[in-house]
Amino acid sequence: MKRSVDEIKALARRMRKHILDISFACNGSAHLGGGMSIVEIMAVLYGAVLRLNPAEPEWEDRDRFILSKGHGVLGYYPALLEAGFFGKEIFDSFKKNDSDLIAHPVMNLKLGIESSNGSLGHGLSLGVGLAWAARRKKRRHRIFVLLGDGECNEGSVWEAAMSASHYELGNLVAIVDYNKLQSDGASDRILNSDGLPDKWRAFRWNTIEVDGHNVEQLLSALSVSGDSGMPTAVIAHTVKGKGVSFMENNNEWHHNRLTKSFYDQALSEVMS
Amino acid sequence: MQINPTNAKMWARFGSRATYGQAILALAEHCENLVVMSADLGNSSGLDRFKSGYPEKFVNVGIAEQNLVGVAAGIAKEGFVVFASSFAPFISMRASEQIRMNLGYMGANVKAVAIGSGLSMGFLGNSHFGIEDAAVMRAIPGITVVSPADCSEIVKTVFAAARFDGPMYIRLTGGPGNPAVYLDDYDFEIGKAVRLRSGSDVTFVACGTMVYESIKAAEILAEKGLSVGVVNMHTIKPLDEEILSELFNSTRLLVTVEEHSVIGGLGSAVAEFKAGVKVAPPQLIIGLPDYFGKTGEYDFMKERYGLLGSAIAERVLRTVSTL
Repeated sequence: MKRSVDEIKALARRMRKHILDISFACNGSAHLGGGMSIVEIMAVLYGAVLRLNPAEPEWEDRDRFILSKGHGVLGYYPALLEAGFFGKEIFDSFKKNDSDLIAHPVMNLKLGIESSNGSLGHGLSLGVGLAWAARRKKRRHRIFVLLGDGECNEGSVWEAAMSASHYELGNLVAIVDYNKLQSDGASDRILNSDGLPDKWRAFRWNTIEVDGHNVEQLLSALSVSGDSGMPTAVIAHTVKGKGVSFMENNNEWHHNRLTKSFYDQALSEVMS
Repeated sequence: MQINPTNAKMWARFGSRATYGQAILALAEHCENLVVMSADLGNSSGLDRFKSGYPEKFVNVGIAEQNLVGVAAGIAKEGFVVFASSFAPFISMRASEQIRMNLGYMGANVKAVAIGSGLSMGFLGNSHFGIEDAAVMRAIPGITVVSPADCSEIVKTVFAAARFDGPMYIRLTGGPGNPAVYLDDYDFEIGKAVRLRSGSDVTFVACGTMVYESIKAAEILAEKGLSVGVVNMHTIKPLDEEILSELFNSTRLLVTVEEHSVIGGLGSAVAEFKAGVKVAPPQLIIGLPDYFGKTGEYDFMKERYGLLGSAIAERVLRTVSTL
């Protein structure tokens, strides 16, 4: 599913509209800030990078994607919808009772969801295991794990980071949504996140810094062959709430409810 | 691996950990997609020969139990049968939430193996004891919890676990010189308790090393004229409710015995089931007290906590006299 840069940008725009639609329709709070910040990352992954077959979601050679920052589902479900893993009916069931699509991913391969997440600091270890197993089986697929910068507070992330480079898992890519805000506020005030890229370098990852909303840069950084002896960390500088002026860098929108007037305003900005 | 008197006695001498390592080594010949993992306790888990014989199937993640479980789950998701071991408190509690997310919630086919559970770490102290692990693991939906009675049953469990499609917590109690309950082969099925002797006055329901001590206690009590049964409840979850229902109607006193806290383990599991039954005998729950005491050698610890056959028999006699 290769798309041009313009097509990916259009995809990202549609994804932002989907985010607003289901956030408004669910009639409750949702993780808007961290969903908006990963839209371009997800658009590039699902629009151009990941080798997937929605008609055969269990295809053994598919690339694996793990949303380790599980609260980022608002950026994830629209990508799966647009990629064709499920239709509008399932998509619109977001946060309805008994839905398969709730506020954190629930493993459901038929819907293209590889793992259950929600508790932070788990996805990278799982990714290390998937990558080790892929290499052991001599499979060529790659494993992409999306983490939050706040999530990197979790010590387990660094246990996993150490083992990935130790085992020289070149088929593993960690993407960090570096939006510099977390639940309680500015990340550097909560737990110093300065030098995050240097930390990944120190853990012997091939570390690339990109503008996380720049499709061209993301395309270049995420097009990993999987053949090198080093895992790749893509540190994506992002803006939390990207695309909606009143949400951008405003942590009130970490988890908040979209009222009708906010929805209308946000929609007009996203579609303009 | 043949279970016969020669092997059973040899394994008993080697102890639980070494037997686990032997079983894994033997399993490798039968299980093509086996992966064995450790968090820097491979040698302590008896895995040195496996490590050198099958380096491509062995993963050591270093001293990082959370990562151990997460990586194990990732490997298992790709169709491998993964055994991951560490000392009991580290794998069950340091990595508890990893077990919950990966093995419980996602059902990853990982066998989490607790080495040296119970009091067997002796002088290493409470930091290394596994006294709450069964309680913690049992509370997580989807986890099967098995506590083998002796080294022969460790072998049985390892092979059964490899065939069993689902997450499992295997709790190894007993040190070197772990007395044998079984000298000859027998039918072992996960979730199916084994009745070792029958009795109408008192029936022991035990797991792990306490199966052997319960047999010793039963022998003492039988000499005093009591009719005493012993059931090896090697699977703590799911509990064999069928055999318990039979016991409720055929014995005057039920005694659960475990090398685990009296809170949350086998005794609790039996009591929970019994609570919903109309007519059932009283239950004496024998296990470890709810505190961190001073520590010493393994045998000293078992004696201190009244977990040797003679002390168990005395306690049962006192209870019987009140019935």
